[in-house]
Amino acid sequence: MKLSSPMEIWKYLPGTNCGECGEKTCLAFASHLKERSTRLEECTPLFEDEKYADKGKQLAELLAPEIREIEIGVGARAAKIGGEDVMYRHELTFYNRTALAYDVWDTMEEGELRERVRRITNWRKFYVGEFLTLDAIAVRSVSGDARTFAACVKAVAEETDLPLVLCSFDAKVLEEGLKVVADKNPLLYAADKTNWKEVLELVKSYNVPVTLFSPDLDMLNSLALTFSSAGVEDLVLDPGVSPAGEWLADTFSKFVRIRRVGIEEGDKEVAYPLMSVPMTAWMIHGDALDASYWEAVLAAMGIIKYADIMILHSIEPHSLIAERTLVENIYTDPRRPVSVEPGLREVGTPTGHSPLFLTTNFALTYYTVESDLSSNKIDSYLIVVDSEGIGVEAAVAGEQLTAERIKETLESYEAENKVEHKTLVIPGLAARLSGETEDATGWTVLVGPRDSGRIPGWMDDNWPPE
Amino acid sequence: MEKKLTLADLARILEQYDVVELEDVTIKGEVELELGSSAGLALPPVLAQALQSLMGVRERPETLEAKKIEALLPATFKVAKAEWAGEIEEVTIGATSADGGTRERTVTIGGEKSLPFYNFDAQMPHPPVISVDCFDMPIPLAKAVREYYGDVMEDPGEWAKKNVREFGADMVTIHLISTDPTIKDTPARAAARTVEEVLQAVKVPIVIGGSGNPDKDPEVLEAAAEAAEGERCLIASANLNMDYERIAKAALKHGHVILSWTQLDINAQKTLNRYLFKLGVPREDIVIDPTTAALGYGLDYAFTNIERMRISALKGDTDLAFPISCGITNAWGAREAWMKDSPSKEDSDWGPAAYRGQMYEILTGLTLGLAGGDMFMMMHPNAASTVKKVTQTLFGAKVKEDKAKRVAIEDWVTWDAEVGALKK
Repeated sequence: MKLSSPMEIWKYLPGTNCGECGEKTCLAFASHLKERSTRLEECTPLFEDEKYADKGKQLAELLAPEIREIEIGVGARAAKIGGEDVMYRHELTFYNRTALAYDVWDTMEEGELRERVRRITNWRKFYVGEFLTLDAIAVRSVSGDARTFAACVKAVAEETDLPLVLCSFDAKVLEEGLKVVADKNPLLYAADKTNWKEVLELVKSYNVPVTLFSPDLDMLNSLALTFSSAGVEDLVLDPGVSPAGEWLADTFSKFVRIRRVGIEEGDKEVAYPLMSVPMTAWMIHGDALDASYWEAVLAAMGIIKYADIMILHSIEPHSLIAERTLVENIYTDPRRPVSVEPGLREVGTPTGHSPLFLTTNFALTYYTVESDLSSNKIDSYLIVVDSEGIGVEAAVAGEQLTAERIKETLESYEAENKVEHKTLVIPGLAARLSGETEDATGWTVLVGPRDSGRIPGWMDDNWPPE
Repeated sequence: MEKKLTLADLARILEQYDVVELEDVTIKGEVELELGSSAGLALPPVLAQALQSLMGVRERPETLEAKKIEALLPATFKVAKAEWAGEIEEVTIGATSADGGTRERTVTIGGEKSLPFYNFDAQMPHPPVISVDCFDMPIPLAKAVREYYGDVMEDPGEWAKKNVREFGADMVTIHLISTDPTIKDTPARAAARTVEEVLQAVKVPIVIGGSGNPDKDPEVLEAAAEAAEGERCLIASANLNMDYERIAKAALKHGHVILSWTQLDINAQKTLNRYLFKLGVPREDIVIDPTTAALGYGLDYAFTNIERMRISALKGDTDLAFPISCGITNAWGAREAWMKDSPSKEDSDWGPAAYRGQMYEILTGLTLGLAGGDMFMMMHPNAASTVKKVTQTLFGAKVKEDKAKRVAIEDWVTWDAEVGALKK
């Protein structure tokens, strides 16, 4: 955005402190706009009262993110990409997470194709209170035949509500695929220096977003300028991913430099979402496991340094879990609190004979333990110690989790009124505190497993206590 | 002889010669036009434009929108270089006989004047290095790691040797964990002998790590520093919760580099570093460890903490301008790295644990390398070699085999997974 402080934003607001937006003052609303934690549309007078119309329009432009935000797909699983405002996440936050698109191709046997699409569509993994899922499916034209491609796209669209990326450098092939999913807002891949005229016409008549490809950045810039001058603004730029050697270092530099121009230099010509294609790793590796690791390496570079959407090949669990988790880590809002409230929680419907587990108030630790207990249907109490938002192992080392603090926590939340056995289960990673804790609290201390995922097995051997 | 052209003739000629633009063309004389009435005559866009401008007709916005662009608009991609005021300290670990030690080589890290691998701003002076871990007693390890070390776990010297000979370690870290009173309470003198054994076994620079017990570590690391006199080891580590003064003084007295460790706290890191300056520790004897958290288990905090420190240092904060060490082995603490199946019944299948562990270690390492890490303490040999390869590549080292691997990158679109080769 072009405005650097809430005061600058405030100048464009009505200044009446009417409260329509839910904030008490226009300045408070301006602060939220600066942090991108509210939407300008919440200020209804700005759009309904004609005397503010000009200011409203100007402000909308000034608040627009530096990198254009575009949407691919339709419906609940449509994905927004781009819309970024900063080079480093701590300066504010990164906004729209890197969309991970996994590939299918038109020479696949139909049953296999449909199965792969379903796996990508339905994949999920629990993480910090919610399920992670994947974002898109890239359909590649390997046959080069337009009708084969269209049939493949049709089958894919029947199996998934994920956004699609249609991939071919042949505009005729793209068009046949596009006809099948014209109402689904797919992303086209790609226009380049040879086919751009045909693809431009296609994009104009179907009104869909399109990727521009060129490893030559002058050419990429030229393509972007040409498309935007023709009124096509939903663009994604792919400078190409070279999977190895000096060309890989060059790839890295391109992503950084394009984003730098867009954000730091405010040059709109290339201020579009970027695409990375880590699956080029497969073109240099014979062994599938090696290829999957190198693909993840290229993916990590893209996730951290400015790719807004990427196309990947391996849908093996080790690839999906690691890549999607890294996206979550990098795109999590750093302003999000690290900790949860300390206290005594109930999981399921515990009784006086249910176990009492202890954990720290680091949000990630808490949600992990809570989910392990509830997903395995273990009725229990969970006492959450204020470890200043630090996880168990580090908190033991840093003395944010001590016998004394455990004692205070047991007392202040009156744990002895909840359980009759006066037995506390501490995390395996806090084992070294067991003796001191028994001395300090007078409770019996049992050392649980080092990972709460093993609580079910631990319960079989250790609960109820002798 | 003058030849008369009709508008239709002109249109045909322009079309015939593929003219897309008329430059410096003026149409003189009396022009009578009845545009729109010439049925069947499609004016080429260039001619229509020339005629419109002649008649002073402004193109309507819709016309502009619908305008067919016939050639790419030229553009040049330009970007400024980032210049920073600060510079990261250059630190050398290990001493050869020329400097009073017995190492065959040394490693130097730091010296950056730009963000990691931003060679387009300023060439990174040294690539990150990898120190492979070994321990002074057999420890519980994930199955995927144990298969590499099962035969050497009883002997730290052999373990260290294997790290260098078989796994190409730039350095070796010996963790004296058995000294922890709650583990084996091995005396400091015995721990010092283990350090001597490791120094005998390998000729690369070494890192000497304590058990992490704040009460015992000062004594252990002091004895180890004395035993390793002159070898310029990295002593790991001093932190605010312990008698860091004793450790710093031992490192200073016996000629070692000190690792200044804090827990994800930029201000604590500045504070501890200033305490070390006060004790007289030279700047070139300090490496910092701002704490590594694993992928999925706080990596976001570790990444941003390191990235912020590195940016502050480049902006000129000399309290933070030190090479950064990352304990990437922490990645194995992530349950996804070792657990057989997901504890959550609703997760998709996790696949073989053996594939996940090294993936977690690789991505944790590379992520922190991109944040500013200069040195990675690692465990799994394949993870170590993969992180080494990618960081070397980004650093700009020439990797021989890659010459053959230049590919037409856009061919992924038609890549045939069935045959695993490029389809022509």
